[in-house]
Amino acid sequence: MSDETKPGLKSPLRRKLLMGMAALPAVSMLGRPAFADVPATSAVNTTGLAVTDSEVTVGILHSVTGTMAISETGSVEAEKLAIEQINAAGGVLGRKIKFIQEDGASDWPTFAEKAKKLLVNDKCAAVMGCWTSASRKAVLPVFEQYNGMLYYPTFYEGLEQSKNVIYTGQEATQQIIAGLDWVNKTKGAKSFYLLGSDYIWPRTSNKIARKHIENHLQGCKVVGEEYFPLGSTQFNSVINKIKLTKPDVIYAIIVGGSNVAFYKQLKAAGIDLSKQTLLTISVTEDEIDGIGGENIAGAYACMKYFQSLDNPNNKAFVPAFKKMWGEKTVIGDVTQAAYLGPWLWKLTVEKAQSFDIDKIAAASPGVEFKGAPEGYVRIHENHHLWSKTRVGRAKADGQYELIYETADLVEPDPFPKGYQ
Amino acid sequence: MFGDYSISDLGAILAMQGFAGLILFSVYVLMALGLAIIFGQMGVINMAHGEFMILGAYVTWMTSNVVQHVAPGLFPGYFFIAMILAFIASGALGMLVEWALIRHLYKRPLDTLLATWGLSLILQQAYRSIFGAREVGVELPEWMMGSWQATDSIQIPINGMFVMALTILITIVVFYILFWSSWGKQVRAVVQNRVMAGAVGINTEKVDRYTFGLGCGIAGIAGSAFTMIGSTGPTAGQLYIVDTFLVVVFGGAASLFGTIASAFSISQTQSTLEFFLSGSMAKVITLLTIVAILMVRPQGLFALKVRK
Repeated sequence: MSDETKPGLKSPLRRKLLMGMAALPAVSMLGRPAFADVPATSAVNTTGLAVTDSEVTVGILHSVTGTMAISETGSVEAEKLAIEQINAAGGVLGRKIKFIQEDGASDWPTFAEKAKKLLVNDKCAAVMGCWTSASRKAVLPVFEQYNGMLYYPTFYEGLEQSKNVIYTGQEATQQIIAGLDWVNKTKGAKSFYLLGSDYIWPRTSNKIARKHIENHLQGCKVVGEEYFPLGSTQFNSVINKIKLTKPDVIYAIIVGGSNVAFYKQLKAAGIDLSKQTLLTISVTEDEIDGIGGENIAGAYACMKYFQSLDNPNNKAFVPAFKKMWGEKTVIGDVTQAAYLGPWLWKLTVEKAQSFDIDKIAAASPGVEFKGAPEGYVRIHENHHLWSKTRVGRAKADGQYELIYETADLVEPDPFPKGYQ
Repeated sequence: MFGDYSISDLGAILAMQGFAGLILFSVYVLMALGLAIIFGQMGVINMAHGEFMILGAYVTWMTSNVVQHVAPGLFPGYFFIAMILAFIASGALGMLVEWALIRHLYKRPLDTLLATWGLSLILQQAYRSIFGAREVGVELPEWMMGSWQATDSIQIPINGMFVMALTILITIVVFYILFWSSWGKQVRAVVQNRVMAGAVGINTEKVDRYTFGLGCGIAGIAGSAFTMIGSTGPTAGQLYIVDTFLVVVFGGAASLFGTIASAFSISQTQSTLEFFLSGSMAKVITLLTIVAILMVRPQGLFALKVRK
C-alpha cells in the first residue's frame, strides 16, 4: 500500500517536470537554475548513487587531524565555500549538495578505508579530497574498483592519469618548465642548486627540472642536488655549501615544518633573498603564514594562483572566503584548486545531464570554468586542467606580487616525453 | 669539489661549517637535556617530550602577540620574558601530568611509554583545537635576526649564537642544581636507591614531581628557543622527538655527561657528513654508526655504575 502511495504522490509532479524539462533545454543552456528544470532522478542517476529529487550527496575527504591538517585545512574550507555557493545558486540539476566529511587523519590506510566508506556506504556522487600523493595513491584503487569520482586539488609530480580522478592542481611540467624558462630569460640564470624534501614529489619534480636545465636551456647547469628527510630542521651545512658554490638560482621544493626551518636559517645565515634568486614551487601563502613573511620576502614562487591576483573572479572569491572563514585566513594555490573541484563537478554534471560516474568521466574533457579565481580553466582529455603558470615574488606581508604569467594556458602533460 | 676555490674561500667555509656543527650541538643538548633528566634520572620514557617543547613555543608566540599589543616598547626583549613563561607553563603542566598520570606508573616503565605517547596525541589535538591546525609564525625582534659579519666572507647566524649561549647557561644551571644543591643530592639519592632514600627521610614523591617538572620546564625553554630556527605547529614536536631520544640513549641514559658527549659526536658527524654528502645520506650514515656502536655498547657512551 505504502509502496504505491509514495510514487503515486510523486509521479504527477515528476511527469510535469519531465515535460517541463523537454521544453526547457534552451533555458538550461543559459546556465540559469530554473526550478522547473529538475530532471527526474531515475533519468540522471542510473547507478544508485545518493541522489534524491532534492539532494545529492558528495564526500569531503581530507586530514583534519595529524601532520597534514596544517595543509589540508584550507582545502576543506574552500570546498565547503564552493558547495555553499553552488547551493545558493540553485544546486546541481536542481538538487542541493549535501556533503559528508571524513577525516583521513594523515594516515594513508585510513584514507583508503574512508574512501571506501564514502563510495560504498554513502554512495557519494563525487568526492573532493586527498592532498599528498601518498594519500591519492592509497585511495586510487578504491575509486577505480567502486567507480567513484575524485577531485584532487594539489600540484603533484604527474605520472598518473585515471578515469576516476580529475586533477585540479598543476602537474609537474606545468609548474616547473615555465618557471625555469622565466628565471633563465629574465635573470640570466645559468647555474641551479636543487633542494628538496626526500619523497616522491620533490624528487620527480627536480628530475624534470634537471632534464630541462641540462637539455633545453642553453649553457645552464645544475651545481648541486640534495634531499632532506621530511621534518629536518637543520640546514646550516647545506646553506654553507650554497655559499661555496654560489648558484644563480636556489631551486627549493622543501615542505612542511622543514620549510620554516629552511627559510629562517637561510635568512639568519646572511643570504639576502633580494640579491640571491630563490625559486620555489612548494611555498604558498599558507606556508608563509608559518615561515613569517619577513623571512622569505624576495623569494620567487612558481604556481598557478596567488591570493593577490587582480581579476574580477578573484576579487569576488577572496572576500567570500574571508567572510566565511575569518579575516586572517590566507588562500594558497591548493586552496584555490580545491575550490575548483565542486564547481567543475557541477558543470560536468550539467553538461552530461547525469550524475552517473561513467558519463561524468566521459563528459569531463572540454568542460570550461570561466568563474575560476585563477581565471579561465578547461579540463584536458587527460583529466588535468589547462591553466596558466605564474611567477610571484614574496612580500614581507605574506602575500605574493605577480611578476610574470604565461601568455597562454599551459597544456597538462602528466607523462612528459624526454623528462623521465 | 675544492678545485675551483681559493684558500680564503675554503677557510671561510671551514669556519662557518665549524659553527654550523657547534650550533647543531647546542640544539641537540638543549632538546635532550630535559629528557635526560626525566629519562635518565627517573627512568620515565616521556614520549610527550616534543609536545612540552611545543607548549613553550606556543607560549612564546602568545607572549610576542601580547607584548606587541600591550607594550610594543618591550618587544626587543620579549624573548627573555617568553622563555621564563615557557619554563613555568611547561613545568607546571609537567608536574600536573606527573601527579595525575606518571606517579601511578613508576613500577611499570613500559606502560609509561604508552601513556605518555597517548598524552602526546592528546596534547597535539588540544593545540590543534586551541591554536588551529595551521602553523603560527613567531615574530622575532630585529636584533635576533640576520647574521654577524665576522669577516668579509664569514657570516655567523645570530640566532645560532643565541642558542649556544642559552645552552651553555642552562647546562651550567642544571649541573649546579643536580650536583651542588641539596635538592640535587636528594634527586641523585632517589635515583641510586629509592627505598634507602625514603628511609633516610627524603620525600621521594616530592622529589619525583619536581624533577619531572624541571625536565618539562627545560623542554619548554628549548621549544621557546627553537621558534627562532624551526616551525611552530601542533605536530612540530614530533620533528624533535627521534633526535632527542637518540642523543639520550646514545649518551647512556643515566648520565648527563653522556648526553653532552653524545650530542657533540652526533652533531659533528651529522654536519660534517651533510657537507660532503647529501642531507638524507648523512642521516642514514649517522644512524647506522649509532646502531653499530650501540650493538657493541648497549649501555651507551657513559653508564652510571649503580648496584642493582
